[in-house]
Amino acid sequence: MKGWLSRLGLRAIMLGYLAVILVGPLAIVFWRTFEDGFAPAWDALTTPETLNALKLTLIITAIAVPVNTIFGIVCALAIVRRRFRGKGLLNAFIDLPLALSPVVVGLSLFLLYGQDGWFGSWLDERGIDVLFALPSMVIATIFVSLPFVAREVVPTLREIGDEQEQAAQTLGASGWQTFWRITLPSIRWAVIYGVILTTARCLGEYGAVAVVSGRLQGQTETATLRVQERYEAFDLAGAYAISIVLALIAMLVLVAMTVIRPKEEAA
Amino acid sequence: MPRRLITLVVALGVLTAALAATATGGTAAPDRTADTKLSLVAYSTPREAYGKLIPMFEKTSAGDDVSFSQSYGASGEQVRAIKAGLEFDIAALSLAPDMDELVSANLVDAKWKQQSYKGMVHNSVVVFVVRDGNPKRIKSWNDLTRPGVEIITPNPFTSGGARWNIMAAYGSWRKQGKTDKQAQANLLKLWRNVEVQDTSARASLNTFNSGKGDVLLAYENEAYFSRMQGLDLQWIIPKTTILIENPIAVNKTTGDKTAANAFLRFLRTPGAQQVFADYGYRPVVKSVENANRKKFPARPGLFTIDQLGLGGWQKVQKRFFDPKAGVMARFQRAVGGSTG
Amino acid sequence: MTEVALNRPARSGASRDRAATALSLGFVTTFLMVMVGLPLAALTWEATSEGTQSFWDAVSSPESVAALKLTLVASFAVSLLNAVLGTITAWVLVRDDFRGKTVVNAIIDLPFALPTIVAGLTLLALYGPTSPVGIDVAFSRTAIVLALMFVTLPFVVRTVQPVLQELDPEIEEAAHSLGASHTRTFVRVILPNILPGILSGVALAFAKAVGEFGSLVIITGNIPFETEVSSVHIYGRIESGDSSGAAAVAVVLLAISFLTLLSIGVIRHIATRHDR
Repeated sequence: MKGWLSRLGLRAIMLGYLAVILVGPLAIVFWRTFEDGFAPAWDALTTPETLNALKLTLIITAIAVPVNTIFGIVCALAIVRRRFRGKGLLNAFIDLPLALSPVVVGLSLFLLYGQDGWFGSWLDERGIDVLFALPSMVIATIFVSLPFVAREVVPTLREIGDEQEQAAQTLGASGWQTFWRITLPSIRWAVIYGVILTTARCLGEYGAVAVVSGRLQGQTETATLRVQERYEAFDLAGAYAISIVLALIAMLVLVAMTVIRPKEEAA
Repeated sequence: MPRRLITLVVALGVLTAALAATATGGTAAPDRTADTKLSLVAYSTPREAYGKLIPMFEKTSAGDDVSFSQSYGASGEQVRAIKAGLEFDIAALSLAPDMDELVSANLVDAKWKQQSYKGMVHNSVVVFVVRDGNPKRIKSWNDLTRPGVEIITPNPFTSGGARWNIMAAYGSWRKQGKTDKQAQANLLKLWRNVEVQDTSARASLNTFNSGKGDVLLAYENEAYFSRMQGLDLQWIIPKTTILIENPIAVNKTTGDKTAANAFLRFLRTPGAQQVFADYGYRPVVKSVENANRKKFPARPGLFTIDQLGLGGWQKVQKRFFDPKAGVMARFQRAVGGSTG
Repeated sequence: MTEVALNRPARSGASRDRAATALSLGFVTTFLMVMVGLPLAALTWEATSEGTQSFWDAVSSPESVAALKLTLVASFAVSLLNAVLGTITAWVLVRDDFRGKTVVNAIIDLPFALPTIVAGLTLLALYGPTSPVGIDVAFSRTAIVLALMFVTLPFVVRTVQPVLQELDPEIEEAAHSLGASHTRTFVRVILPNILPGILSGVALAFAKAVGEFGSLVIITGNIPFETEVSSVHIYGRIESGDSSGAAAVAVVLLAISFLTLLSIGVIRHIATRHDR
């Protein structure tokens, strides 16, 4: 009886919370996009500039997400399963990138890779373009989405313990086999949510990437930069339309990942 | 299993279609093969104007084999990007101090102000955007000091353009005969009425449109542009106000500046100036300005920053907008809480 | 159930383990040094580039301190709110079942994929002067909390969910069959297990709240000493040409954030003491 009531109570709290913070704003986004029909949204989405921008965003995301996923899993394994000094420091360090506001990220990357920066002349001499080109945009994106996979995997790894892994090792499995057959399936949901968060962040990143991109029309404009441009042109429907596409891509990734599951289910 | 498979196939299919669509989108970069490539780095508001002007230029003989790369962003941000290595042939910025920063970075000739039209490419004025029917009867700068009048303006420290608003207010009182002390006192009263300090001019327009405030200190070209995009704005040009002058200059370090200079000359032709006028900017060329008199009414008390006798932007920057000891910094502290 | 050393003596895998440890640590450290350490070093360098007096002036200016206080208090508040509401959300999503649950689960991350300006604009439209639901909290400190809750929503939810999913329901059933009430079971049995997940999400939420900019500038009003957060203050310094002052404030903010994150780690360490 009591359990039933508290269950409804919790559900009510959750739904209320999500309605205010999540559903309301999303509804506004959809409403504003299609307020004047499909045409403004469609127009904004099908210009070559927008399509190129979406492509660029997808390319950057396709690079940043795997990099951060691999880093996140290796890092989580190191933190939870290995012993070393400074573990607490490392743990705290991983979250720090989020605490930098976009303009500070841009500033630090200018300080490093700008023409008067730490690596400026070195890069200049070799004709390598970091700033105002793809490399700096990828670096900035990796930076702002760095902690998510690690943060997801660490608590789950702690929770499940390593008995199965130890058993496998005693039975003679190699480190790689143990990882692939035992560890990875048991952290699959953590990895999935970590990848989702990372992907969403990469798709929606604006500030830091905008600063290092140089905003070169048709060359270094990402989807979020197009959103900004549409907003400045008073084309709110267009701005929101592009944003919806980004949100839908994130959702697609979630759907795709929850559908692909390794054969072994957790016992 | 089949249901999962179907979902997966659909998801992958949509993703592939999306990628294919973007791949066939083609490049937005000009597809004419051109001998000369010019890069224009500009502040954000003239984007549409240049979008029209560049194809016009490319059709002229001077622009025949020229193609452009364009970048638009907040003026200060563009300056920082240029200093960090963003390539540019032409810089079109929002105010003279931003151009002077490029001078100190050895990228623009120090004599840029002595070029034709003082180095400016278009002008605007500071206006009061008011609510429908102007219920609070806001007409002059003195009206802004009345208690109960809610003012929206960007923060002069986060938005270089907002400095025009401050100097328009202060300068107007000086022009009307007030002493420096009196003008500052009025400015402080005005500042106490500021309810929101957005980070940029566009953001403050957005705030005003969301229903906040009685008056928005804005630029005439912004007001016109918003109206062009369907926003029903009403604004008043006060009798005394400042002339906003937007500078343009070429990169002095590039080898061949012929095309860049040709573009600058083109921008001051009547045809090009009319395009600026169409987008709400006051032309620098007198004949075009006169032809558009109806749209850009003259004002008896119109003044430029140099006409205030304060030593131009350089001295004004230090005196008013120094983050530590400037007048506006003091005002922010006076208006804000004591503990903060 | 936590960090058990795998270097058992007299096993053929011992040296392999050490090598693996060294390799993985080396990779992680190098990656972090290049991606995170270098930018932070450059910022610190810039912060001190005009001398210690200048550093101190920038950090101790009244606007700076006010913005810092506001940012930290708001971030703490939002982290706590997230800890509670995020855990409830994760709980309901994992343990409860209702129509539309899959949809709800799928949209949790959506706000995160939206550019921050869209977040700000929609919150302004929904909870500002033209609010369709009659709630106007724009241009106030409440707006700061609102915007921050929006951008940190997925964190605690998504860090607690996988842990809850791995949690063995048998333990709970055992507790119940022994007569423990729901609350008791939750506090004594479930909470200790999901606490690391909660704290993980809290750390993310705190860090993100500290560094948020885009959504806040639209909806808070940015009045110094009232609603100006550190990220806006820093932006103002950069725009005014004071990049070393901006870096100084940023570095101090980062140092405080780092200490907070360390403390969260210590709390987790102490709270899960019983497991070791």
